Amino acid sequence: MNIVMGWHCFKGVLIREFLRFVQQRSRFLSALVRPLLWLVVFAAGFRAALGISIIQPYDTYITYETYIAPGLCCMILLFNGMQSSLSMVYDREMGSMRVLLMSPLPRPYLLLCKMIATALISLTQVYAFLFIALMVDVEPPVIGYLSVLPALVLVALLLSSLGLFLSTQIKQLENFAGIMNFVIFPMFFLSSALYPLWKMQEASDWLYWICMINPFTHAVELVRFALYTQLNTDALMITAGTTLLFTLLAVTGFRPQKTGR
Amino acid sequence: MKFTKLLKPIAAAVMLASPVAMAELAYVSNEKDDTISVIDLDTMQVTDTIEVGERPRGILFSKDFSKLYICASDSDTVQVMDLKTKQIIKELPSGEDPEQFALHPNDRHLYISNEDDALVTIVDTETSEVLAQIDVGVEPEGMAVSPNGKIAVNTSETTNMVHWIDTTTYELIDNTLVDQRPRHVEFSKDSKILWASSEIGGTVSIIDVDSRQIFKKLNFEIKGVHPDRVQPVGVRLTDDGKYAFVALGPANHVAVVDAKTYEILEYVLVGRRVWHMDLNTDQTKLLTTNGISGDVSVIDISKMKAVKSVKVGRYPWGVKVKS
Repeated sequence: MNIVMGWHCFKGVLIREFLRFVQQRSRFLSALVRPLLWLVVFAAGFRAALGISIIQPYDTYITYETYIAPGLCCMILLFNGMQSSLSMVYDREMGSMRVLLMSPLPRPYLLLCKMIATALISLTQVYAFLFIALMVDVEPPVIGYLSVLPALVLVALLLSSLGLFLSTQIKQLENFAGIMNFVIFPMFFLSSALYPLWKMQEASDWLYWICMINPFTHAVELVRFALYTQLNTDALMITAGTTLLFTLLAVTGFRPQKTGR
Repeated sequence: MKFTKLLKPIAAAVMLASPVAMAELAYVSNEKDDTISVIDLDTMQVTDTIEVGERPRGILFSKDFSKLYICASDSDTVQVMDLKTKQIIKELPSGEDPEQFALHPNDRHLYISNEDDALVTIVDTETSEVLAQIDVGVEPEGMAVSPNGKIAVNTSETTNMVHWIDTTTYELIDNTLVDQRPRHVEFSKDSKILWASSEIGGTVSIIDVDSRQIFKKLNFEIKGVHPDRVQPVGVRLTDDGKYAFVALGPANHVAVVDAKTYEILEYVLVGRRVWHMDLNTDQTKLLTTNGISGDVSVIDISKMKAVKSVKVGRYPWGVKVKS
């Protein structure tokens, strides 16, 4: 494989993902509406009832909207990661996967291209969300929009690698909806996306430890710190480690011919 | 040689300039710890914690910032601290349970409200002599002297009145009824307008000093906060007459009011049970004491946002900034 071939292949996958994204406007809207509903409706109820106590990386008390914004950015990435793996299962069932696999390039590279393409598409949605969030006074420092970019890319890769790994384990499209419910919701709710971990610990130690071993918690914290121009080294190591693990699992477990038919 | 010659005037200039560049310090009275915390406003760190009398509440500086007066409520005295040595050099006969006080522009006469005795005590800070004791309403609390020095004002929490005292005769000249539990009073710089907060009433009355009549009443409404929790306490006005800040107690917000149109512009989220406030020297920052959360929030006035909260002692009550 040479660089030109690699680039050509990556471009192809990226354009395909981009076209799919552009053609499905409802997908873009729903990806935005979901977190915005959380931000505007759910968070409004909590807004002033509790100023979130000072926790890192914040220097002072913050509104609930400000607290959940990083978690909602990760929610967008989570849904997109899962959606992309859903499309893998769909492609496999419809046979369009074969077109991609006809490429002479190594399979792991193709999967990596797919992951990166998904991540890049997701980023546009995250930034659109962050700009809309400005209207409800979620105002990270200006430089934060830049410093959060690498964190978002890594988290997007983590979640799309998780999605790919799941898609390797699913035989039929019908099974996928169930897995989504068992993966997306627990991952999101049992993390620091909606409540700080100390609040979880107040409720129950069990909940706290489940949140602690949930990689999504560390992904959210990585984004939260990066958005406020700080590096959370622990979160970075865990997120990078789990990304590597799921990528390896996805690549080794990938069997395009595996369907329920 | 030439180089050192050149350096000398620069070094001298730096040395001369250094007192000007000295950091601003905020002094915070911690009601439950019997201490004063000192915050360096450049680093936003507590640099010192000084032990003082029991239950320190109201604090203020002498005009030249050489002394700090402290209402040590449970010690029934006003302590005077030398800010160079950080030692208590004098205790003034304040009457029982002093809570809030105000210094006359003459830099000598201290007007102290004695909560338990329904009195205002006037003390000469140089001779420690009690000049007068004036009967006011039940549970006197807020205290202010007009910048022109002509009038002193006290609020009584239970009688719900603002009491007007002539500072030359030391006599009560009038009362103005305000909403329930008036806590704090603040004069505008031109001495023409008085702002009085009512904690239970949830309002701030704006009073014309000449007629001693209320001409405007502010009500506060914060989205998602029950009206019962909106309890105005501290009030602070900027010298340029642009803004008034009202600390809303358990609502955990500071209201920003346009001091000309009396329109409420914004609510800024700070710590729990925000009590009193002070501005830094160039009036770009507002500091708030947050009693229950035990910290001081710093609001950037140009952004109208809290930018930092600094942990101090238990139940911080009053704050004053020394340049």
